[in-house]
Amino acid sequence: MVSLHKFANPARFVRMSSALLPWMVGMSAVLITVGLYLGLFVAPPDYQQGESMRIIFVHVPSAWMSMFIYSGMAIASATGLIWKHPVADLLAKASAPVGAGFTFATLASGSLWGQPMWGTWWVWDARLTSYLILFFLYIGYMALWEAFDDPQRAGKAAAILALVGAVNVPIIKFSVDWWNTLHQPASVMKMDGPAIDSSMLVPLLIMALGFTAFYGAVVIVRTQREIMARKVRTLRMAQVQA
Amino acid sequence: MTRKRRRLYLVLFGMALLGVATALMLNAFSDNLVFFHSPTDVAAKSFEQDRRFRLGGLVEEDSVIKADDGIGTSFRITDNDNAIKVVFNGSLPDLFREGQGVVAEGKLDANGVFQASEVLAKHDENYMPPEVADALKKSGNWKGE
Amino acid sequence: MTEFFHMGGYAAFVWPSFGITAAIMIAIVIDSWRGFVRERDTLDKLQSQRTKRKPS
Repeated sequence: MVSLHKFANPARFVRMSSALLPWMVGMSAVLITVGLYLGLFVAPPDYQQGESMRIIFVHVPSAWMSMFIYSGMAIASATGLIWKHPVADLLAKASAPVGAGFTFATLASGSLWGQPMWGTWWVWDARLTSYLILFFLYIGYMALWEAFDDPQRAGKAAAILALVGAVNVPIIKFSVDWWNTLHQPASVMKMDGPAIDSSMLVPLLIMALGFTAFYGAVVIVRTQREIMARKVRTLRMAQVQA
Repeated sequence: MTRKRRRLYLVLFGMALLGVATALMLNAFSDNLVFFHSPTDVAAKSFEQDRRFRLGGLVEEDSVIKADDGIGTSFRITDNDNAIKVVFNGSLPDLFREGQGVVAEGKLDANGVFQASEVLAKHDENYMPPEVADALKKSGNWKGE
Repeated sequence: MTEFFHMGGYAAFVWPSFGITAAIMIAIVIDSWRGFVRERDTLDKLQSQRTKRKPS
């Protein structure tokens, strides 16, 4: 009976998220298609960077996603630690590989932009270094989940790492303002409005929304998988005891 | 409820402690986190010869001179207060332009000329189509260099 | 069309950026779906075993 109560909340998550899933899939497909079309065919080249500027249409949305996903994981981890919400840890666990993927995409596309524009694939400035640390945090978080046999303890350890690593998020965001970096300062999320022409800003925002919907769809599937995995575990333990 | 409360305060306290510790650490390291020094920094701190560092600023207008051999370039890096002459033998990045940001790595020679072994272009936060840039320049609303 | 793929000389940087990002996103979709199906099948099997055993 105790286990039944435990599943009540995840069951509601599964029901609600399943209803949401087709919308997320549809939105991400439409938005990414439109964003790619506008970004590759309609948006003009930049007056300085020429056509290489189009890299920002994948680089910046990936970067936003990796920061957004990490922040979400930190909040979910705090919720899991404090209120023992049964889905929070699983949501964070399900998000980590997606965030790590976006972080890698950010680093790779940024490197491919840096080589022709800056004249180097990589520099150890505050922005790039803190971003690499974000990638390692994701990897460390995923490794911690695997390091423990007991999912309860694994979840706790991973949640603490996620919270400790959260200090890196504002460091990434403000690194370009606090220190001299090679990386340029923020163009879109700045106090006095975006310093980017609307013909480039619109495809950028559409891509970012598409990536967000993509994350939504993928994280629903992955969290449901984690919920089933936990059910499988309880059933197996019941079998052993029986 | 009290246990949840306690855990909430524990997490909040831990995060606050971590934040303060990080801020203190970053503050202590702030000099090492600087990717480049400006010409004014160099003038004020008197960098000794043969110490490698990065010099950053804007490429001064009308200061770029291509050497006769076609490889060497010399230009001046300015922060509008001070300027330092830079000599570089190598290929320049695509964004290298007069009036644009640049970061050069190398050392000062005996004559106070910066011998660069690497030159990186620094991009600003502005993105716009060429027509918009032209229009801004024509109307006198150009905020860039 | 060739001009489009040429990307003003930056083809070697623009297309790999888009390619790597797309490859990662496709890999995430495949991994997510495969994991979902695998877990669902295991769960179905376990639950059917339980219902089979109960009447006896």
